[in-house]
Amino acid sequence: MAVIARPRAAARADVADRFATEKRVAGLNILVAFLALALGGLMGVLQVLQYNGIDLYKPIKAILPGGYYQGLTLHGVLNVLVFTTFFIVGFLTFVTATSFNRPLVNRGLAWFTFYFMTAGLLIAAVPILLNQATVMFTFYPPLKANGFFYLGLTIVVVGTYFLLANQVMTLMAWRRDNPGARVPLAAFMSIVTMTMWVIATFGIAVEMLVLLLPWAFGLAPGTDPLLARTLFWFTGHPIVYFWLLPAYISWYTIVPKLAGGKLFSEPMARVSFLLFLVMSVPIGLHHQYTDPGISQIWKLVHFIFTVGVFFPSLLTFFNVVASLEHAGRSRGGKGWLAWIFALPWNEPAFTTQVFAMMLFAFGGASGVINASYNLNLVVHNTAWISGHFHLTVGSAVALTFMGLTYWLLPHLSGRALWSRGLGLAQAWLWLIGMIFFSHFMHMLGLAGMPRRTMIGSAPYVLPEWEGLLPFTMIGGLLMFASALCFLVNMVMTLTVGKREEAGPVTFARALSGPEDVPAFLDRLTPWVLSAIVLVAINYGPTLYFLATTGRFNIPGMSPW
Amino acid sequence: MMLKNPEKFMGYLFEVAWILPSVAIPVAVITAVVLTAFAVGLRVPDVAGRIEPKAIAVTQPFDEPGLRELAPGKYQATLIAQVFLFTPNEIEVPAGSEVTFVLTSRDVIHGFKIVGTPINMMVVPGQISRLTVRFDRPGEYLIVCHEYCGSGHHVMSGKVIVR
Repeated sequence: MAVIARPRAAARADVADRFATEKRVAGLNILVAFLALALGGLMGVLQVLQYNGIDLYKPIKAILPGGYYQGLTLHGVLNVLVFTTFFIVGFLTFVTATSFNRPLVNRGLAWFTFYFMTAGLLIAAVPILLNQATVMFTFYPPLKANGFFYLGLTIVVVGTYFLLANQVMTLMAWRRDNPGARVPLAAFMSIVTMTMWVIATFGIAVEMLVLLLPWAFGLAPGTDPLLARTLFWFTGHPIVYFWLLPAYISWYTIVPKLAGGKLFSEPMARVSFLLFLVMSVPIGLHHQYTDPGISQIWKLVHFIFTVGVFFPSLLTFFNVVASLEHAGRSRGGKGWLAWIFALPWNEPAFTTQVFAMMLFAFGGASGVINASYNLNLVVHNTAWISGHFHLTVGSAVALTFMGLTYWLLPHLSGRALWSRGLGLAQAWLWLIGMIFFSHFMHMLGLAGMPRRTMIGSAPYVLPEWEGLLPFTMIGGLLMFASALCFLVNMVMTLTVGKREEAGPVTFARALSGPEDVPAFLDRLTPWVLSAIVLVAINYGPTLYFLATTGRFNIPGMSPW
Repeated sequence: MMLKNPEKFMGYLFEVAWILPSVAIPVAVITAVVLTAFAVGLRVPDVAGRIEPKAIAVTQPFDEPGLRELAPGKYQATLIAQVFLFTPNEIEVPAGSEVTFVLTSRDVIHGFKIVGTPINMMVVPGQISRLTVRFDRPGEYLIVCHEYCGSGHHVMSGKVIVR
């Protein structure tokens, strides 16, 4: 008995340990991510209170000397740069390894990636906390931050490159061992996401290395704000797909499984990701419709391509909802819509992510309005925009990542989720809070209220804004309660959660699987080349014009 | 192959049935916007020239900011943005006027939005921003700086008075 049992036990221990490094790296990344979200989210609560005349910045002046705007910079940098990037690197490290069903080729590099990015984060954090980088997460020059702010952010971005290197090495090793086999869907999507991101970072890399770092460290007398802005949005738009695609990976490969069904169509899923790879980058000018010095024609071209990205988004929408319907019917659901009630609404990892999808449907609709060239004149830089991206990055992404954590944490920590009830409460509170917050922010934007503004102290508040502002506070406080539920659940799971083996990681199977996908869709090179050519066409003339007519002598200032 | 597997065949039909509207919706959006841009003339800011920020005081038209009548019912309003004010911060025009707003910034990036109109521009140091609008309804229109420009950003405002 013992002789037979030992190899089995050893084999099981081996299976459990195979991904030990990936689990630890992913866990630490996700820990940093949620610490950032906790502090960043707290800043958000102070903002909605300030909107309504409750100023909590005075009592904490010693810790937060820059008040509202320093808090707002923390809110943006921590939530949309730190939380997203660290969570994504952690999640994709885990998904790549488990989907290939083999550890990453270079485990040392996986650790190095985490330490490198964390070092960058700490370097950037010091000037922000000292109120020497109150420039928002967009850091538009010639607002001038302490040079270490730019240096730290650059290091974080460079750190993400190491993950792609590790993924590509693992893909090559996997192909050697599995000649002719199809790349597993979740691994394929993870690699496409990181490839798209690395192409997209060309803009911010040039902005940082050529324009901002030499200027901030006193090696260049000034900079050209419009060229810098354009390079920023070169990366700044596709960064939203860098946030969103990992959520899509979960909606395609994990949510159908949680729902008890299958992915409807794997070919459609692969095609949509390849379209995101090609079309995410060459559309960033839609953030600059109201900028001077950039031709109307190129703005219009970017508009047309932006609406083109709506196509893979609609494919995703259909595919994910069809998968949910399949799950609902497999569970005995009937009727045109009544199958919805057969879905596992008592499962927090599922419910949270489906709420994220529902909110995203509205965020997508307001996004089409933002992207629509002249229609953008109505909403640009108003509270509408804040309403929009709280539905997208603040819900589709953040709420999915929270739901995903309910699924991930048992795998990473070997402990069962502490409270499912608290998880469900968290999902509902976020849904309702976000509906309040985003709806009234959209309305305030239509009424002309500017974004990124300390409205509670503005001398020009219009009477039509006054009736809407309290609802943003209700929404903000509900989301704050949701975040507290989440954090309590996480801490309790990690400390007193029941020790329990989560079992092997499995992804959703597809109704129409890889056998229906043409093999050339697995080859990334042609798609990467198409992406680069399209970027060169759509950005080349504008960047050439700005670089050759630029005045690199605007000195800048730090007026805060 | 498809007939052997009717469930899969239905799947393909559903895919096609969804792909068609997924193409039609973006095409409809593009058509609507291109029509309003060219047939109605609702455009966004274009290239309007560069300027040396240090030389604003001696560069036309910023050497004399304010309202200038170009032709009967047609005005140019020249404004300079800086932390945390617009110069001038009040413009008065008769109802029915067509006003072209021309701005630049002395220091950092500012925003220029006139609430209730399609005037919405970024004001970037080194660049000239220009947009035109017709004021038909009399009243007071709020001007706000809508890009964070520093600790006094929320006081940076002005108004257009249409008589």
